[in-house]
Amino acid sequence: MPDADYRLYLMASAAIFTIGFYSMLTQAHLLRRIMAFNVMGCGVFLLFITLAARAPGPVPDPVPHAMVLTGIVVSVCATGLALALAGRVQTVTGKTELEPGEDAGGRSGAAHHGSSA
Amino acid sequence: MTFAWAIVLLVLLPLAAAALSFAFPRRGGWLAAGAAVGIGVGTAQLIRAVLADGAQIHQVGGWGAPLGIDLRADGLAVWMLLVAGINGAAVALYSSRYFGMERSEEGRHRERYFWPLFLFLWTALNALFLSADIFNLYVTLEMLGFAAVMLAALAGGRDALAAAMRYLLVSLSASLFYLLGVALVYGQCGTVDLRLLAAQAPAQPAPWVALALMTGGLATKTALLPMHFWLPPAHASAPAPVSALLSALVVKGSFYILLRLWFEAFQVRMTPAVAQALGALGAAAILWGSISALRQARLKLLIAHSTVAQIGYLFLLFPRAASPKAGFLGWSGGLILLGAHACAKTAMFLTAGNILHAVGHDRIKDLEGVTRGLPVSMFAFGLSALSLVGLPPSGGFAGKWLLLSAGVAQGQWWWIAMVLFGSLLAAAYVVRVLTHAFTSGSKPAILNPIPPVMEWTALVLAIVAAGFGLAAFWPAELLRAGAPQAMPFLAGGAAP
Amino acid sequence: MNIDGLVLLGILLSSFLTGVAIFFLNEESHRLRTWLNLLGAGLKLILVAALLWGIYQGHEYSFSIDFLPGIPLALGADAHSVLFVTLSTVLWFWTTLYAVGYLEGSPHRSRFFGFFSLCVTATTGIALSANLVTFLTFYELLTVTTYPLVVHRGTEDAMRGGRIYLAYTMLGGTVLLLAVVWLHGLAGPIAFRERGAIESLMATRRGELQALFMLFMIGIGFKAALVPLHGWLPKAMVAPAPVSALLHAVAVVKAGAFGIVRIVHDVFGIENAAKLGVLQPLAIAAGVTILYGSLLALFQDGLKKRLAYSTVSQVSYIVLGTAILGPLATIGGLVHLVHQGLMKITLFFGAGNYAETLGIHRVSEMNGVGRRMPWTTAAFTVAALGMIGLPPLAGHVSKSYLNQGAAAAGQEWVAILLAASSLLNAAYFLPILWRAWFMSPPRQWPHEHAFGRWETHWMLLAAPLVTAGLVLWAGLSAESSFSPLAWVKLIAAREYGP
Repeated sequence: MPDADYRLYLMASAAIFTIGFYSMLTQAHLLRRIMAFNVMGCGVFLLFITLAARAPGPVPDPVPHAMVLTGIVVSVCATGLALALAGRVQTVTGKTELEPGEDAGGRSGAAHHGSSA
Repeated sequence: MTFAWAIVLLVLLPLAAAALSFAFPRRGGWLAAGAAVGIGVGTAQLIRAVLADGAQIHQVGGWGAPLGIDLRADGLAVWMLLVAGINGAAVALYSSRYFGMERSEEGRHRERYFWPLFLFLWTALNALFLSADIFNLYVTLEMLGFAAVMLAALAGGRDALAAAMRYLLVSLSASLFYLLGVALVYGQCGTVDLRLLAAQAPAQPAPWVALALMTGGLATKTALLPMHFWLPPAHASAPAPVSALLSALVVKGSFYILLRLWFEAFQVRMTPAVAQALGALGAAAILWGSISALRQARLKLLIAHSTVAQIGYLFLLFPRAASPKAGFLGWSGGLILLGAHACAKTAMFLTAGNILHAVGHDRIKDLEGVTRGLPVSMFAFGLSALSLVGLPPSGGFAGKWLLLSAGVAQGQWWWIAMVLFGSLLAAAYVVRVLTHAFTSGSKPAILNPIPPVMEWTALVLAIVAAGFGLAAFWPAELLRAGAPQAMPFLAGGAAP
Repeated sequence: MNIDGLVLLGILLSSFLTGVAIFFLNEESHRLRTWLNLLGAGLKLILVAALLWGIYQGHEYSFSIDFLPGIPLALGADAHSVLFVTLSTVLWFWTTLYAVGYLEGSPHRSRFFGFFSLCVTATTGIALSANLVTFLTFYELLTVTTYPLVVHRGTEDAMRGGRIYLAYTMLGGTVLLLAVVWLHGLAGPIAFRERGAIESLMATRRGELQALFMLFMIGIGFKAALVPLHGWLPKAMVAPAPVSALLHAVAVVKAGAFGIVRIVHDVFGIENAAKLGVLQPLAIAAGVTILYGSLLALFQDGLKKRLAYSTVSQVSYIVLGTAILGPLATIGGLVHLVHQGLMKITLFFGAGNYAETLGIHRVSEMNGVGRRMPWTTAAFTVAALGMIGLPPLAGHVSKSYLNQGAAAAGQEWVAILLAASSLLNAAYFLPILWRAWFMSPPRQWPHEHAFGRWETHWMLLAAPLVTAGLVLWAGLSAESSFSPLAWVKLIAAREYGP
């Protein structure tokens, strides 16, 4: 792979990762945040693929491919879990967002495990 | 003689038990007990092997590094396995009665999911401690994160779900930062094996940006200040045994990876500036965590904030251990503190669970006279407080003593003052609880009797935390045994 | 370590195991608890007697186990240890008996006696420590085990007192920890040794040693109640009388004084300390404390408060004796460690009896109490006169050695100080005695309890009579070869060498 292409792919993966992370920080809707996570993941996988393609010789390095496959499995599981949890949050609280105030920590009121759904 | 079977057992046994307990929910407790016994035997064998012959390696599928996956047990790994084993076993014992107490559909429902998730968490922890490459560490870290998030959501209430959701999003983003770093390291160095990375590091060090990404992600997962915000709500709103697991063990998983990165694979990059920066964040965490613990109105939140402070102590290991002068003092001190904190924190959360169940709330100012209703539990709280504050002969004392000795050997007085001041703050917040609990006022109504097993489990663990300083020389020996070549600092500051 | 060393472990375990066993007793099993208490205390007494006999026979005792990497947890029985362990064991036995009587019918006795025994374990541990880290360990354990005793009553007042107590002692412990860690960094593991363990650093590390000495004195000074670190002592008076007796005569304050002696004699070495020029400031601090405590005692109407300030003052006699170079002053200071303990515990037993039997808490309520409770008041009188320094009582012996020592060291101001302090002692004790014996009793006591045959419960009476007897004995037979004084002379001879 020519150096110019390589750099382009590198920058693209960095850009995708950053866009994903930016959305993760700024979006409120849980579904959007879960999608943002997947976008971030795509950035990382693209980086792996780019690195594999740079290997000397005609055959790309197989190791990063294996890693990407593993990574995809992990991220699919994560997405499934996150969607299920977001669904529960919506059922219980009726909202699709997290309360921003809780970020400060420690003000979650009279919460203990007795106050369950 | 090879002890590879022990390594395999430590991963496969809890995994099998997790799967079985999902299939046979009524047998969850017994399956966990079987797993605990098996893990105990495996860990004991590994410790013997490591003390006798140094690090043990098992090549999964016979492939071997760099292509295959290696599992490795050295002094550090078996110490972590031991800490996880002790706390895991205690939590299992406690939980055998905890979920049954409610006698409701809901309680049974929770118990049904608790056992597989708990055993899955244990699997992830053991696999993480035994992993020998940075990609496998990523996979195990994610396994750990999933189990932890689901456990945190187990309570099912509004706050628990919100806290778990936040925890999941933070955890996933942090893992991707780590994975991005892994990709960059592979691109530069062409391997992900810890030992190979260490071997070629002098010629081909990993890029700074990769290290920064990985460290940032892992520090977030460890809840190092200023990325600690997710921890207190997640830890405080979970059921007591889950809070214990999260505070005592889960945050230590990512901390362990940080140690592997900075002290093994990328040791050449461990400059004084890096060490001091990580230490400074730790110091800030001690201050912030302790002061906010002092201001909490509820016991479980107080304990959770105390975890933030205690994690700060762990990060003091970096500036202490990174010096050739006193490296081993700082290294063993930090890791002994880690073990002591795990036991003490588990005991405290289990105690908090007892109180919550017995009196129906955990508002600190309304705990008057609870000592009379739950003497064994409060005794356990007091003993674990001993270790958190770092009074002799507790494990906390031994750890702090070694950290302080390292500080003296390096002549770094600022850090010494920090450790001592943190102890006083810890004393202040635990005494706040004890004061209310001791005050004779209107006796709080004990709504539910607490099964003795739950009280005694907490007490035994607290005794371990408060007493194991008496054998502090032993973990120090263990940590030295089977230490990889890439940890030259282990030679520095040998015990006099 | 040797087989004989197990005696040392036994001395610790006799009270530790008793304490643990008592925690698990049912609150209602009073008889069993009392027997356990007396069994533990008696066993400890026998073991200490065996230790004394063994040492007399020329046996050496040591015990150690691995603790921190490179630093063992070590017990030993040198001359200092034997002095303090004997004192605390003897007084523990009588205090236990007293406490059983005192707390009859009050709640939470299992908790109380459990911590009571652990507290004595920590104190004997301090006495038997053979190195600095072991000393630190028991020193901190003492803090932890006395806190529940101070707050035993669980009232708002008790909790406040307890908090202040803990704040002071934790701060002291932290300073001490810093000093110990620092010294270990300089010199490696420090085992207590006659004439000091830091000889090798004297030439090169003078400044650091001076700073360290100051840190040690501040760290331990909190417990020894050196002014201005004494603030907790009057506040801790909320504790029940046997606890106050224990705190003042045996455990906390006394452990502080013993700690100062240990550091000066066996870590620095008194001659090294003198060369460092750090003894004079310590002597001045002790002098200030002596006068300040006595002065404040004068203005207290609460009987226990008056006794508390008196402790502040009297314990600094020990420090003063330690801070003056020369064998005579050393003897005076050390022997006061024993004498003050005997006298102060008698006084607190007396105060407790007045409170428990008649409901008297203030000096102004004590009119004619001598006629109602002649035996208690007699014991109280012996101890008070001893404190003033009247010959031939125990206090006189200490003061005369201190005086001679100061004169020998050329420190004339000490003589003036001691005279002034004796006058102040007389000024705050004599009015009490006058009221008790010569003024007529009120028509009704504030809160009278009848205890049958004797003027009060027999357990409450036995303890002060025995300790008052010991005060008389220590003074009268001071020059015999089996007195505290004789033992202390032996220590001084070794400390100063040939």
